[in-house]
Amino acid sequence: MGTASAKHLLCCLFGIVLCIVTSGCKPREADIPIGAYLSLSGSDSTFGTDTRDGIALAIDEVNAKGGVHGKKLRVVYEDDKSLPQEAANKVRQLIDRDGVVAVLGEVASSRSLAGGLICNTKKIPMVTPSSTAVDVTEGREYVFRPCFTDAQQGEVAARFVKETLKKDEAVIFYAAQDNYSSGLADTFKSAFTAMGGRITLEKGYQKGETKFTTYLQAIAATHTDVIFAPVYYNDMAQIASQAAQVGIPSSSWVGGDGWDSDDIIETAGVELDGSFFTNAYAPDVPWPNSAAFVKAFRERYGHTPGALAAQGYDAGKLLADAIARAPRVTPEAIKVALAETKDFAGATGTLTIDAHHDANKPVCIVQIKNKAFHFFSELTSQSTGSPAAPQQAQEDRRSCRSSPRRS
Amino acid sequence: MQKLAAALVTGLAQGAMIALVALGYTMVYGVLKLINFAHSEIFMMGAYAGLFAITALGPEMHPVLATAGGTLLAMAAASLLGVTIERVAYRPLRKRGRGPLTRMTPLVTALGVSVLLQNVAQLCFTARFRPYPRVIPTTSALRLGVVSLSWSSAIIFALTVVVMTLLELLVKKTWFGKAMRALSVNEEAARLMGVRTSQVIARTFALGSSLAALGAVLYCLDQSQVYPTMGVVIGTRAFVAAVLGGIGNIPGAMLGGLLLGVLGELVKLTDYSGGVDVLVFLVLIGVLLVRPAGLLGSTRTEKV
Repeated sequence: MGTASAKHLLCCLFGIVLCIVTSGCKPREADIPIGAYLSLSGSDSTFGTDTRDGIALAIDEVNAKGGVHGKKLRVVYEDDKSLPQEAANKVRQLIDRDGVVAVLGEVASSRSLAGGLICNTKKIPMVTPSSTAVDVTEGREYVFRPCFTDAQQGEVAARFVKETLKKDEAVIFYAAQDNYSSGLADTFKSAFTAMGGRITLEKGYQKGETKFTTYLQAIAATHTDVIFAPVYYNDMAQIASQAAQVGIPSSSWVGGDGWDSDDIIETAGVELDGSFFTNAYAPDVPWPNSAAFVKAFRERYGHTPGALAAQGYDAGKLLADAIARAPRVTPEAIKVALAETKDFAGATGTLTIDAHHDANKPVCIVQIKNKAFHFFSELTSQSTGSPAAPQQAQEDRRSCRSSPRRS
Repeated sequence: MQKLAAALVTGLAQGAMIALVALGYTMVYGVLKLINFAHSEIFMMGAYAGLFAITALGPEMHPVLATAGGTLLAMAAASLLGVTIERVAYRPLRKRGRGPLTRMTPLVTALGVSVLLQNVAQLCFTARFRPYPRVIPTTSALRLGVVSLSWSSAIIFALTVVVMTLLELLVKKTWFGKAMRALSVNEEAARLMGVRTSQVIARTFALGSSLAALGAVLYCLDQSQVYPTMGVVIGTRAFVAAVLGGIGNIPGAMLGGLLLGVLGELVKLTDYSGGVDVLVFLVLIGVLLVRPAGLLGSTRTEKV
């Protein structure tokens, strides 16, 4: 990370020097400026930097092939310090000061909502790599997302529990003050009960809570085989290790894409062995573009990319693709091109942008096994597209079933 | 019934930990009438110090020795930090004469120090969540009828009781304790009677900070990871506990902490489990309406 940011700094410095040397010329005509506002510092800085790495890889790949319309793409990164109000300021800056034609960002839905409002009023297209809250694109003509929504994700999780795991009962455990967590819990609940499933217990906890023993004892008392916990990885690591003490088996847990972080493996890999979560991607997913992306990312950064890096990469690639398809490089033309995206093959699956500006794409089911993320199966949400037959990894499924569910 | 008893035990352990942190708020308030908002960041820094110290001492080889040694090192580091903050940020302000703002300026400074420390931690240690090594066995220590007491809860109870007893002895029986009490009644008069007020204040900061570090290490060993904003969660609760018990009052901080811990766990059993803080603050407001000085606080008696 250190060398990457140093490189970035050097690039910036070089750019400034170049501007001074060629003063008088207009740099805007030499390249196409794109803005990116991300949480590069603050509480969610790991999300922001991962996404930035993905975007940088995508844009450099496009530029190495000659750019679009004969021009290079140039990304202006801004740090919103993980704060929604700062996100709005940075987006204003990018549009007014830097004159960007399109904006990439943010990871968190709260900040994408703030930034999206500015983009929409200023009529600049915005592509959010990984904000899953439904209202991020709602009523926002200029906001797009190549990732799935919480509605799709919750529905897929419910179908996975009901049809693949063949369980009729589930407990829901979520962070009550968190929009992401409670939203996902709601969609799971309605989808699961609509399929004839029963929620034996629904428990919310206070955001920031660290002692879960009392909740977990109540959950264990219901003797339910599946616990749906759509929470962030740092909470989940604590929940899992305290659940092990209460006697809840590690394979009971099912989560959402908030689990995606190497930290969860490091902290609670054993306590979550055999558990599942819905995600945009897994490093060993059998999709055509994923393997190439993972290889390129490893070569450049020296570690395996997480889902956020993959989604950042896809957002960058999708935007470059739309700019290339647009007849002219204007925000309006790019917006039209983005809306017309069809069968775009990204690292996180093939997607089509629908009328709501959301992506119609498969959701990946990932299993935590032997302290690593493994691709298990893929499911496409029925709420937006045709039901795809789940491609099961039969062996995994069998070994999972034969393991004792409750010790 | 079993659930209720288990929640009570967990609640008492949670409360004891909150009380350890609340003591720092209450002691500093006792001698300086200053709410030291940087205390929650000292807690956080103590957690980092503990993590690095325990890891460096090798928890795989001698888990007990490494943990005990690491905790002591963390307490030393935190008290050094506490004294430094007092020396650099608060003492210069205290010396600048007395005006209408003598209580407001240090308060705002305390907030500033808190923000500064959080950002320093983020720069030095990054925003990553770091786990503590697992040194406390996860089996239950002893069973009392239907309730089982986990090792971590047992350790927290034992340590808190020891610390509270020592603190009570320190305040009531030693010369330093007498000086602290004198200072809390009237700083000027204490100085005239030959109490070296600056030294007593520095020692109070050192003591409060080391207790915060002890609380932080226990907190992380039991239930939390370490990250730069971790002080906010427990810091707020500890502050509420101190105010609830009567800020400036040592047994009050203990009582406030235990009440808060038990109350929090009991709420988790209800359907309103997502709003623990709502109830906690409602109780605080309720208590302050009836007893503005807190449960054990009074406007007349000495404050330490």
